[in-house]
Amino acid sequence: MNELAEIVSQNEKQISTEWLRDMEKSTQRADLIGKTELEEQCRRLLNAVVSGIKTSGSADISLPGWNQARDLLVEISGARARLGFSSSEVATFVLSLKQPLFSAIRRSGKGTQDQLFDMVWMSTELLDRLALLTTDAFIAAREELITRQQQELLELSTPVVKLWDDILALPIIGTLDSARTQVVMESLLQTVVATNSKFAIIDITGVPTVDTLVAQHLLKTITAARLMGAECIISGVRPQIAQTIVHLGINLEDVITKANLADAFSLALHRSGRKIVREASTQVNPISKLFGKRED
Amino acid sequence: MERIPVLRMGPLLLITIQIDMHDKLALQLQDDVTQRISEWGSTGVLIDISSLEIVDSFIGRMLANIAAMSRVLGADTVVVGMQPAVAITLVELGMSLPGVRTALSVEAGMELLYGASSLTQSGIADERSEA
Repeated sequence: MNELAEIVSQNEKQISTEWLRDMEKSTQRADLIGKTELEEQCRRLLNAVVSGIKTSGSADISLPGWNQARDLLVEISGARARLGFSSSEVATFVLSLKQPLFSAIRRSGKGTQDQLFDMVWMSTELLDRLALLTTDAFIAAREELITRQQQELLELSTPVVKLWDDILALPIIGTLDSARTQVVMESLLQTVVATNSKFAIIDITGVPTVDTLVAQHLLKTITAARLMGAECIISGVRPQIAQTIVHLGINLEDVITKANLADAFSLALHRSGRKIVREASTQVNPISKLFGKRED
Repeated sequence: MERIPVLRMGPLLLITIQIDMHDKLALQLQDDVTQRISEWGSTGVLIDISSLEIVDSFIGRMLANIAAMSRVLGADTVVVGMQPAVAITLVELGMSLPGVRTALSVEAGMELLYGASSLTQSGIADERSEA
């Protein structure tokens, strides 16, 4: 094992030159990463590999001797994931070290054929493990990105809008899960306090399905708002959802529900002692007059 | 011994909780409120909890109890100014305080109580069923 480390540290210059050349041939993505930075990364990784072999004396990269190399690889692949590299490109970074390394071993010409084979096998095993680690780190970085975007989406998708003095609306779009309900509830209650609103209309037109869990979440939100002194109205109950609610036996009797936002809004206006009146001077469309008193 | 003051405002009782409630204080408050209602013949109790930041199930039950006791003595209870975090906590504890009326501010709570006292019991019921 130490022979391998020796070979690598002796031929470091040549290995890294060949490595860089190999990467240029396959995928280097000069558009995403500069040459000097890449060289720097190669040099640091080679050094880390050498010290890893020397200190741990084995190709098992879970040993503490490999800490430096592992951390470095995780950092590099994380950075590449954020830069927009594909997973194979990130793995190729490590795997393309194979050929230069094998050449170096062959050139050294040390030992018998058996020893050479052993060395080749060891380095192959080592590089494969490092490549797997790279891929793992890449995926982890990507997942972190996805989680963060989900979080941002969550915050973006729960706006509380003021419809009138004392009347708030909360259009919910997308499925309501526990995490989302928490955000919705908090933002609604904060806004109720901030605007001193007596009515909150929760519009569920954009909620694809309402099951018992979603209904429970809604009821929680409504109860919390009621505890603070605001009244909640659910609007945007689609026909299918009304059927589902009844079939599931969800009890929404204590809650005011309306088919659409307009009905809920006019109810809230009525409750707060307001009324929308058409101005007398406004001309009514003559055609609609023909069809009778639709507007009433 | 510290004590939560119970103030008289005409036919109403005003209770402002401005310190962290502990169990003994809550029990003392229950005694005081019932005592004052019967003494002064109050028709409404207004409890302002806007500075209350921590609640547990005992405090929640205490609020519900005060409301129930006042109702027995013929007074309506309104809890005003509950903080969002407190409301969420109570809901998570499964306490929806069904018999307690709520309002956003002391002003709104007063309106509610004055409105209720000027109406008869059936009047309130009619107004509710209308909506």
